[in-house]
Amino acid sequence: MKYADEFRDRDLAKSIALGIRQEAHPGRTYNLMEFCGGHTHAIFRYGVKDLMPENVRFVHGPGCPVCVLPVRRLDDAVEIAERHGVILCTYGDMMRVPGTKQRSLIRAKADGADIRMVYSTMDALKIARDNPGRQVVFFAIGFETTTPPTAVAIKQARKEGLSNFSVFCNHVLTPSAIGHILASPEVRDLGTVRIDGFLGPSHVSSVIGSEPYEFFAEEFGKPVVIAGFEPLDVMQSTLMLIRQINEGRHHVENEYTRVVTREGNLKAQDLVSKVFELRQSFEWRGLGKVPYSALKIRKDFAEFDAEKRFEVSEKVSREVKSCECPAILRGVKKPTDCKLFGTVCTPDNPMGSCMVSSEGACAAYWTYGRYRDKARSPRREVAA
Amino acid sequence: MNVAPSDLGRRTGTVDMVHGGGGRAMTELIRDLFQRHLSNPILDQGHDAALLEASSGRLVVSTDGHVISPLFFPGGDIGSLSVHGTLNDVAMAGARPLCLTAGFILEEGFPLADLERIVMSMAAAASEAGVPVATGDTKVVEKGKGDGVFITTTGLGVVPDGVEISVTRAKPGQAILLSGSIGDHGVAILSKRENLEFETEIVSDSNALHTLVADMIEAVPDIAVLRDPTRGGLAATLNELARAAGVGMHLDESAIPVKGDVAAACELLGLDPLHVANEGKLVCLCEQADADRLLSVMRAHPLGRDAAIIGRVTDDEARLVEMETEIGGLRVVDWLSGEQLPRIC
Ligand code: SF4
Repeated sequence: MKYADEFRDRDLAKSIALGIRQEAHPGRTYNLMEFCGGHTHAIFRYGVKDLMPENVRFVHGPGCPVCVLPVRRLDDAVEIAERHGVILCTYGDMMRVPGTKQRSLIRAKADGADIRMVYSTMDALKIARDNPGRQVVFFAIGFETTTPPTAVAIKQARKEGLSNFSVFCNHVLTPSAIGHILASPEVRDLGTVRIDGFLGPSHVSSVIGSEPYEFFAEEFGKPVVIAGFEPLDVMQSTLMLIRQINEGRHHVENEYTRVVTREGNLKAQDLVSKVFELRQSFEWRGLGKVPYSALKIRKDFAEFDAEKRFEVSEKVSREVKSCECPAILRGVKKPTDCKLFGTVCTPDNPMGSCMVSSEGACAAYWTYGRYRDKARSPRREVAA
Repeated sequence: MNVAPSDLGRRTGTVDMVHGGGGRAMTELIRDLFQRHLSNPILDQGHDAALLEASSGRLVVSTDGHVISPLFFPGGDIGSLSVHGTLNDVAMAGARPLCLTAGFILEEGFPLADLERIVMSMAAAASEAGVPVATGDTKVVEKGKGDGVFITTTGLGVVPDGVEISVTRAKPGQAILLSGSIGDHGVAILSKRENLEFETEIVSDSNALHTLVADMIEAVPDIAVLRDPTRGGLAATLNELARAAGVGMHLDESAIPVKGDVAAACELLGLDPLHVANEGKLVCLCEQADADRLLSVMRAHPLGRDAAIIGRVTDDEARLVEMETEIGGLRVVDWLSGEQLPRIC
């Protein structure tokens, strides 16, 4: 299968893998957290793990927007759709995420709520135009990459005077989440998660640039390499991280120079800051309340803010009790450490968000890794 | 078969409940639309049950319901698809198809012109395949109780003596052959879904494969397994085979043909071509010694031009379908969970 040949070249992959083997000191372990679900996906999809020596480990971070959305916000979305009778538009993956008592948007839809899957914010606008008599709510989630299109949709709605369109805003910010993980007690005091370096987000960085990561590379003393999503990008970035770790450096380096600059896309940043402002605090699944880690719609655009337009009830939202998503998202546990993994919880019947998106660590483990780890373990034991 | 559209239903232009009522309107619909386009000596006998000459060999029968949105897509429509899909099910048993039957469920209000287009396309597909539609049935349901048109087709075929195609014959060491590029049908359908537009027009691979199968069997009568990777794509088909036969599979990703624009569309939508549906492709397992000969026979047929040997059957007890990826890593190719949904970022 040939898509982007130069970033999937087998010989080049072999030589980078060899480089990693040569440079990784056998006496130590390299724990590298890939923040982005896109990287998790690439690692599993292309069998990158299989090309790494045992002591180079990938720790899957909270970089999938579906996985980090707290149950409460999902319950709110279901309520907006059901109680207020709106047309709720959302991206595909969101449909299957279980809320309290396993209720997902797909179940709400089956029960009669008007929930529609869209591929872009423009689709949601079109639905609003086509249904002037109905309220249309776009359920916006995602990191810095998906924020500019939401801003464009809001500005466009104002321009067209679409009074039946609003956005339920759940956009979150990457750097604050990474900082929060590093500052969490597990990482700082208990030492349960060792993270020696980060594969930094690529698409996100194309918007915000590499500069925002400089602070915490310095503050926490961890190297960051901004890495593209192609398998060779991931491998090359891994090698760059290993070099920094070996040399005791902790800088922000950019492997994805073909897209990312230090400053990022200023026009997009400007657009976002016109429409959105920081939330003082936002809850992330797995990380709890993280200060200044999300965006809300500015007062100036309040008429397009679904949170202002539709009331939601005070309620208690609950995740499935034994779901280990929170620990997995912080890199404290592996999916296979979860009691429910592969038995009660499968992609067909997900208990937590990590099992839903193809970028979620549990789903990726299930799809690409579960048998393999099982099949391999006896051989590994012999080797040990 | 080249029959011009009829002037049927000019009055209202849509299917209504009267067309299912058993009266004159229904007879007219059948006579002026179905019989007119699908005409052949067996159907024209006009019996509710078709009479067929009994023949030697073993009979194969297969039935398939077709529910599809959109009804018309690049490279086909529900009519041609309902012929191809069932013929292929029959062909995958190594059989020569004898005839088809067709059942239509029409929704009140469905445009008769569209129905006629569908029936004409069905007729063209059947005539091109050389397989008559021997008998049929039509029902009309109230508006809102159907999705325009549902078609169920049944195919009947004969397996020649000496041919023994069965999943139980899958054995470690055999070669895995694929008749052409994957993902064309699923992406063509997706490209016509509301809100999704691609720059290039990707055409479905919908086709009847029985002539390709006939050529293959003539060259290598000992073919072990044949399957058409439809819903769930190549990944689902190979996993089903592996599970049923108690074997594993090892694939080579770089040998699996995927068209550039299909790959690009999948990339864009976050889909894996291995999970995307096909309607004119087959997978075949045969002994290694026969693989090259079979491959050249497949490549000589227009529907097998891009055929390739994509891997081998292994003795893996865990029944894993594994794949060496483009970059040389190894990964498991799993079934798809639920519907494949596009990724967000
Ligand atoms: S396996 Fe399921 S229940 Fe366990 S952590 Fe993952 S998503 Fe949660």
